[in-house]
Amino acid sequence: MSRTHINCTINGDQTDFLSESGGSLLNALRDDVGLMGVKEGCGTGDCGACSVLMDDRVTCACLIFAPEAEGRTIVTIEGLANADELHPLQQCFLEGAALQCGICTPGFLMAAKALLDKNPHPTETEVRYALAGNLCRCTGYDKIIRAVLDAAEGMRASAQTGDAA
Amino acid sequence: MDYVAPTTIEDAVGALSSTLESRVFAGATDLIPQIRSGRPEPGLLVDLKHIDRLTAVTEGADGWTIGAAAPTSRLTEDPGFSSQFPGLSEAAGLIGSDQIQNRSSLGGNLCNASPAADSVPAMLVNDARAVVATADGTRTVGVAEIATGPGRTSLAPGEFIVEFEVDRPPAHTGDAYLRMTPRTEMDIAVVGVGARITLDADGNCAEARIAVGAVAPTARRVADAEAALVGQPINDDTLAAVALAASAACDPIDDKRGTIAYRKQVTGVLAKRAVKIAAARAAGEDTENAATTNGAH
Amino acid sequence: MTMIEESPTGAPSYKWVGSRSVRPDGLDKVTGKARFGADLTLPGMLEGAVARSPHAHARIVSIDTSAAEAMAGVHAVITAADLPDLAEAGAKADDVFMSEKILARKKALWEGHPVAAVAATSREIARAAAAAIEVVYEQLPHVLTVDEALADGAPILHEAMITRGVDPAPETASNAASRVVHERGDLDQGFADADVVLEREYTTKPVHQGYIEPHACVADAGQDGRANLFVSSQGHFSLRAMTATTLGMEPSALVVEAAEIGGGFGGKTTIYLEPLAVRLSSKAGRPVRLVMGRDEVFKATGPTSGSRMKIKMGVTNDGKMTAAQVWMAFEAGAFPGSPVGAAGMTAIACYDIPNFFVEGFDVVCNKPKVAAYRAPGAPIIAYGIESIVDELAMAIDMDPIDLRLANAAVEGTQSSYGPVFPRIGFVETLEAIRDSDHYRSPVPEGMGRGVASGFWFNIGGNSTATVNINEDGNVNVIEGSPDIGGSRASMALFAAEEFGIPVDRISVKIADTQTIGFNDVTGGSRVTLATGKVIIDCCRAIKEDLRRRAAKTWDCEIDDVEWVEGQAQHASGTETPLTLADLAAKAPRTGGPISVTKSDNVRGAGAAFTTQLVDLEIDDETGVCRVARYTTAQDAGKAIHPSYVEGQMQGGVAQGIGWAFNEEYIHNTDGTLDNASFLDYRIPVASDLPMIETIVVEVPNPGHPYGVRGVGEAGIVPPMAAIGNAIQRGAGVRLNDLPMSPVHLLGAINQRD
Repeated sequence: MSRTHINCTINGDQTDFLSESGGSLLNALRDDVGLMGVKEGCGTGDCGACSVLMDDRVTCACLIFAPEAEGRTIVTIEGLANADELHPLQQCFLEGAALQCGICTPGFLMAAKALLDKNPHPTETEVRYALAGNLCRCTGYDKIIRAVLDAAEGMRASAQTGDAA
Repeated sequence: MDYVAPTTIEDAVGALSSTLESRVFAGATDLIPQIRSGRPEPGLLVDLKHIDRLTAVTEGADGWTIGAAAPTSRLTEDPGFSSQFPGLSEAAGLIGSDQIQNRSSLGGNLCNASPAADSVPAMLVNDARAVVATADGTRTVGVAEIATGPGRTSLAPGEFIVEFEVDRPPAHTGDAYLRMTPRTEMDIAVVGVGARITLDADGNCAEARIAVGAVAPTARRVADAEAALVGQPINDDTLAAVALAASAACDPIDDKRGTIAYRKQVTGVLAKRAVKIAAARAAGEDTENAATTNGAH
Repeated sequence: MTMIEESPTGAPSYKWVGSRSVRPDGLDKVTGKARFGADLTLPGMLEGAVARSPHAHARIVSIDTSAAEAMAGVHAVITAADLPDLAEAGAKADDVFMSEKILARKKALWEGHPVAAVAATSREIARAAAAAIEVVYEQLPHVLTVDEALADGAPILHEAMITRGVDPAPETASNAASRVVHERGDLDQGFADADVVLEREYTTKPVHQGYIEPHACVADAGQDGRANLFVSSQGHFSLRAMTATTLGMEPSALVVEAAEIGGGFGGKTTIYLEPLAVRLSSKAGRPVRLVMGRDEVFKATGPTSGSRMKIKMGVTNDGKMTAAQVWMAFEAGAFPGSPVGAAGMTAIACYDIPNFFVEGFDVVCNKPKVAAYRAPGAPIIAYGIESIVDELAMAIDMDPIDLRLANAAVEGTQSSYGPVFPRIGFVETLEAIRDSDHYRSPVPEGMGRGVASGFWFNIGGNSTATVNINEDGNVNVIEGSPDIGGSRASMALFAAEEFGIPVDRISVKIADTQTIGFNDVTGGSRVTLATGKVIIDCCRAIKEDLRRRAAKTWDCEIDDVEWVEGQAQHASGTETPLTLADLAAKAPRTGGPISVTKSDNVRGAGAAFTTQLVDLEIDDETGVCRVARYTTAQDAGKAIHPSYVEGQMQGGVAQGIGWAFNEEYIHNTDGTLDNASFLDYRIPVASDLPMIETIVVEVPNPGHPYGVRGVGEAGIVPPMAAIGNAIQRGAGVRLNDLPMSPVHLLGAINQRD
C-alpha cells in the first residue's frame, strides 16, 4: 500500500502526516494525526458524525480522500474552542442539555458553526435544514436546535456590543 | 489506490489514458460509498478539482458556464444564478445535506448516472449542454445524451465533462424541481419532476419543458405533457392532461424506495405542482415558500 | 415549553434536585475529548475484522483459514474452534445460544452471522484476510417472518426446539421457541357484555435501535490468562459475565472499563465483538481493536422484533372496556429471546379490564438475534392496542381521552401482569394532555389529530457506589452505571442535595469492574432510581459519620449535631460550624478517611405512564405526512434533572415517529438485507420533526427517597399508534401495518376514494 506525505493546517497548526492514498481524511485524522474527536458513524456521508471544516466549508471527512487535504486548512472539534474559552455553541450545548450520549455532538457543533458563520440569523427551519445532514438518535433534535438558536442570538448580541466573538 | 491532482485538462486526459483502472472524481460523494460497499477500487484516482475551468462558475453574455466539478453549494449560494434558474438551483441543492453540498457537483450527479439524480431533470428542462474533454480536444452534447442507463454513460474511456452551459432563459420564464422523498432531507428521490414554463403576453403557456426522474432508467423529457400545455392556459384541465402524460411516460421499477404504481401516480401529482410553480415564477410571483420536497407545506 | 406538574399533596422543595445543572461529563463531550469505544490506542495494537456468512441459512461444511493466516501482517485468526464448546460442556441453553451467536459453529443462521475473525496490523489487511477465509457452505432454505417460520413444512433453525409453554408439549421441533399466556376472568362473558366488539390484525417490521456509534472495543489480553477490555456498553459487569462465559474464563479475570457510549437504547446490553477481541488478543499476544462498520451494525446486531398480532377488544356504549384478547407472534431472530413476554405483560397494563386472554409466541427466523430496544415489546403491542382503543372510541362516539380515563389503571388496580399498582400517575398524564394548549386548540385544516398512551414497568436492581470526601471538602462519587443519557448529572444533584453543597463540588466517575462493586445494566430505566438510591445511602451514611466526628470534636452527643447546608452545626449555636473541608482536615484524628460504599438490590421502582398527542399534516396526493405538532406528557415521579428528563421523553418520541413512518428492515428474497445503511434505513432527520413539547408530570414514586420513576423508556411506546390514529381521523383510512409509509398510505387513500 502506498502512503502519501500530506502537509496541511489542522486546528491552526502546520501539520504533516503519512496516510494511505485511498484512505479517507476521517481515517487519517483519527489514525495518523490522533484526533479522536472526529467520529465514524457510517463512513458513507449519511450521518455527519465526522463533520469537519475544510477551508471554512463543512464536509464529511469520510468522503474526502486523505491526499485532498494537501495545502488545505482543516478545523476539527478539537479546534473549535478558543484556547481556554469555549465557543458560544459549545457553551449553549452544555447549558441547554443539547447532548445525551454525545457521539453526534462534535459533528453537530462543526455543522452549526459553519451555518452561523454563513447565516448569523437563521430561522428554526433554516437551522433544521442546515443540520439535516447530522443524525442524532438520542435527543429528537429539539434541544440541539434551541441551543443553536440561543448561540446565534448570543453571538449577534456580542457582535453588536463589539465583544470579541 | 494512487492519487493525482492534475492542474490542466491535458494532464487529466493523460492521467486517465495511462491506465484503464483510473476514475475521475469531484466530490467523491458517490465514489467512496460505492467503494465501501464492495465495488472494485480504481487503481488511480484523478482529482479534477485543481483544474480552474472544472470549478469555475461564471455568467457570460448569453448564459452561465458551470464547472463540472464545482461544488453545488457554489450554485445555491449564488443569488444571480438562483434568481435566473430557481428550479435548477433548488435541484442542485437537494443533492444531500450541507456537508454533501460542499462536495457534490453537477458533473458527478450526472455521470454517476443514478436514475434518481436530482439535478438532471432540471438540467434537461433548461437544455443544459455538457462540454466533454476527449483525447483530441472537447465536444459539446446535450445533457440528455450523457446518461444511457443506471450507472452507465455515453462517455468513452478517458473522457470526462469539463463544464456545463446553460443559456439565459427567455423573459417570462420560470423553472421548478420537485421530488418525493420519504424524509424531508438526506434521501434519494422516489420521483423527481423538473418543469420550465415560458408564458406569453396573455398569460398562456408559450413554451413548456417537463422532465421526469427516478421513474425510468434515465431522466427524460415528456413530449406529450409539454404538448398538452403549449398554447394553452395553465388550468385544472391542462394540468390534468399533464399529469396523465407524465404518469404514462414513466417506466419505473419496484424497489425498496417505492413501487411502480406509486411512482406513476406521484409523478402525475408532482408534474402538476412543478408546472404551477414554474408558471408562477414565469409570471413574476413570489414563490419564496414553494416547496422543493414533496410539493407540500 | 415544559410544564412541571406538582403532585397535589405538595412536593418538598429542593435546592439542587430539579435544577438544570451542567452535566459533569459535558465539557469532554463538547470538546471531543470524551473517549468512546473506538477511541483508545494502545502500543502494538492490532485491528480486527470479522468474516460473516453471506447466506441467510446454511450448514457450515468447512472453514479454511490458511490463506488468511499466511498473509503478511496477520497475527491471529479465530473460528468457533477457538472458543469452548458450551453445548458439549452441558451449559445452559441460553449460554450455548450466546456462544453460537458470537461465532457460528455448525450452521450460519442469518446473513451476517460471524464465522471467523482476524487481527492484523491494519484494518485493510484484516479485511483482506477476512475475505480470504474460505468457507464452504451448504445453503438451506430460509424463513424471514413469523408467517414463514410458523408455516407447515417450514425449514427448522434448531433441530431440538420444542415449544415451551404448550401443554402437552409438541412432539416435533418447530420454530416456535416458547409461548406465554396471561389470563383473567371470563373472556366469553366479557365479550358478551360488550356493545361493540372490534377485531383487527396488525403487522410490524423489525426496526433497529439506530445508535450513531457502531459497536467498538479494545481488548488487551495478557499471557497470564487475564485480559483488559475497553468497550462502550450499557453494562460492563453483565458484559463481563457474558464474555467470560463465552470464553470459558472466570469473570474476575476480565477487567472491563466502560468507555463513553454513543447510544444504546438496549442494543448494547448484549455482546457481539467482545469475546472475539479478547480471544484474538490472547492468541496474538497483542492488544486488538475491533470496530463494526455501519453495514455490520445493521446486518448483525439488534434489531427489535417484527410481529403479527391479532387483537379483539370489547367496550360498552358508555365506555367500559369489558374484554381483551391478544394473539401475537414476535420474531426472535436466529436464537430465542424476543420481548414477547414483556409485550404480554404490558399489553393492557394501562387499563383495568376484568376479562382478558393474552397469548404470545417467541419465533425464531433467519435474521439477527433481536436485542432489547427501549421498553422492549411494549411499543409493538401498544401499536395494536392503542389503535383498536381509538377505533372503539370512534365507534361509541366517545372522546379518546375520556375513554382511557374511564378505564385507567389507578392505585389499587390489579395490573394485567399481576402486582397491585401502588400510587401511579396514568390519569394525571391523560388529564395533562386533555388540559393542554395543544388539545384545546382546534385541529388545523387538512390535519389529523391522534392520541395514544403507554406504560413501562421500570426496574430496580443491583447497584454499588462509593462516596469519598476530599481534603478540600469536595466530593467524589464513584459508581458503575455507564452513562447513556446524562445520568451523571442526576447523581451529582443527589449528592449536592444530600450534603447541601453546590453541585459543581461533586465529581462523578464511572469505575471499571475491578474498582467498584457489582452493577446491573444501564437499562430498564433503572439508573436514576437504583444507582441514585445507593448514592443517597452513601451520602446519608457519611452525614451520620460527619455528625459523629463533629460531636467528637465538640465533645458533645451526636444528637446535638445537625447537618445543615453543607455544615455540621451544634444545636445550641455555640460552636462555629464545621464545613466538609474542616471535617476532612480532622479526619485522621476522628476515625480516618471519610469514605462509604453502599450496595443494594434496589426495589421500589415506580411504573411510568405517558400520554401523547400529535397533529399530522397529510398530503393525500402523495401519502407524505408531516408531524406538525407533538406533545408528550409523562409521569417522572420527580424530575431530578428536568432537562435530561425532557430529553429522554423527546428522544423516545423521535424514535417512535421514525418507527411509525419509515423505519423497517427490507430483505431480499434470498434473505439478505437490502437496506443496511443510514441512507435506506431512514431514521428521522432534524428537518422531519417539530419541537417536541414536553409536560413532565410528577406523581412521586413512594418507593424512592425522592419519588423518582424511571423515564428512559415509556416515551417510545405510544407514537406509532398516535400517528395511526391521526391518520385515521385526518384521512379516514386505518393502517394496521408498520411502517405507515407514503406508499402504503397512498394505497389506502386510493382505496378510500
